[in-house]
Amino acid sequence: MGNVSTNQFKNGLKVMIDGDPCAMVDVEFVKPGKGQAFTRVKLRNLMSGRIWERTFKSGESIETADVMDTTMEYSYYDGELWYFMDPNTFEQVGADENAVAEAKPWLKEQDAVTVTLFNGNPISVTPPNFVELEVTQTDPGLKGDTAQGGSKPATLSTGAVVRVPLFINEGEVLKIDTRTGEYVSRA
Amino acid sequence: MNDWQPTAEIEILQKRAELLHQVRCFFKDRNVMEVDTPVMSHCAVSDPFIDSIEVHYKPSVEADSTLMFMQTSPEYAMKRLLAAGSGAIYQLSKVFRNGEVGRRHNPEFTMLEWYRPGFTDTELMDEVEALVRPVLGLQSIERVTYSDLFYRYLGFRPEQVGIEQLITETRMHIEIELEDTDPDTWLNLLMSHVIEPHLTEHEAVFVMDYPASQAALAKVRKNAQGVEVAARFELFVRGVELANGYYELTDAKEQKRRLDADQAQRKQLGLPQRPLDYRLVNALQAGIPDCAGVALGFDRLFWLASDKSSLAEVLPFSFDRA
Repeated sequence: MGNVSTNQFKNGLKVMIDGDPCAMVDVEFVKPGKGQAFTRVKLRNLMSGRIWERTFKSGESIETADVMDTTMEYSYYDGELWYFMDPNTFEQVGADENAVAEAKPWLKEQDAVTVTLFNGNPISVTPPNFVELEVTQTDPGLKGDTAQGGSKPATLSTGAVVRVPLFINEGEVLKIDTRTGEYVSRA
Repeated sequence: MNDWQPTAEIEILQKRAELLHQVRCFFKDRNVMEVDTPVMSHCAVSDPFIDSIEVHYKPSVEADSTLMFMQTSPEYAMKRLLAAGSGAIYQLSKVFRNGEVGRRHNPEFTMLEWYRPGFTDTELMDEVEALVRPVLGLQSIERVTYSDLFYRYLGFRPEQVGIEQLITETRMHIEIELEDTDPDTWLNLLMSHVIEPHLTEHEAVFVMDYPASQAALAKVRKNAQGVEVAARFELFVRGVELANGYYELTDAKEQKRRLDADQAQRKQLGLPQRPLDYRLVNALQAGIPDCAGVALGFDRLFWLASDKSSLAEVLPFSFDRA
């Protein structure tokens, strides 16, 4: 991979810091009227998720990270790893618990997800903004309660539990917003 | 493509025009003369960390070009006018600084700079306050020394710590790979990374009595504790550096020494060696009245008076569309 200089820094740029791939979240040019120029960067460590700030001297250059976001299909879980397939090459990659942590409650076989690869290995998995999942368990709703807009818990096919309106029944397919973990509508 | 469009709304530009008019009225009422000195000079600014933009002047198309420099501030030329007996003067002019692009920076910007013979830095702060208070809708502006400011937010006084402790203190707040033995580098880092964010909680603050090492073109004097400080002030509005003023250095010999010291520092840092403006030294030698002067970023003033999140939104065309 190449190097980038502070004047090329921008949000979303992936770089290597202390051996870990990091994404730039916020980039600010700092220059007191009479003093030296610096670039103050908010970074997210893509391995640990940690967000912190680091300052670079103007003109300093750092190594870019071989990090790529690819769209892949979720295939299966073998009890240890979650497997994803590139729909073009049919190549499979296995992601560990750490990488799928946030996506796990929303992973349904054959759904397209974004897999972030670092040197070819998956380091994080992002589900689509909306997924459609079947209700496997929920208490029967009470008739007539729809207007009051009450809610109850429902367990979905992936094991995730979400709050749903009282009129939702087992077996129905729901549209869920994965960013908030909230029920949107019937699918 | 939409890149032909201005970065500021036309309504904003109308307000900008009104503020330009208001500034001119302010100085007319106070009998301060407007001047417009050249933006292109045979000499460059000496400050090591201000990079002049170079331009090539040619007497004819085929002739060899002469290297010239866009002004980074009209300071030198205005002081030459003061020495020639201009009396109180102000200028609204474009200034240019290489490499300065960001949310608060544009490489070309409008500077409001003025000089007041007979004023001290304290009296000039009063006048800056009179100008900006109605524009920004401020009640009053707090005045605090550089040393007190550090003590308030960092718990130590810059004049009481050595370089090693200063670096240790800085590293407690800022992660940076940097080897530098110049205390001002570390003080500037703390100022911009730690103190300025604290100042966002304040509407406006005048910071006074800068370290003598940061005097630039200000007189150096002793404070009540007998410590040498620069007769320099800066105005910060919601954490944004808005104005920088001096009780001006009038000693020609000291002026020459500082220009040469800047050039030496440039050489040591591997920065370009550019022609120094010794005409400023000669002007001081001829005699410049005792005076105070200040440079205020006009675009920043207007930006802070608006509700816009970046400087680009108050400029007709920001750098990337220029």
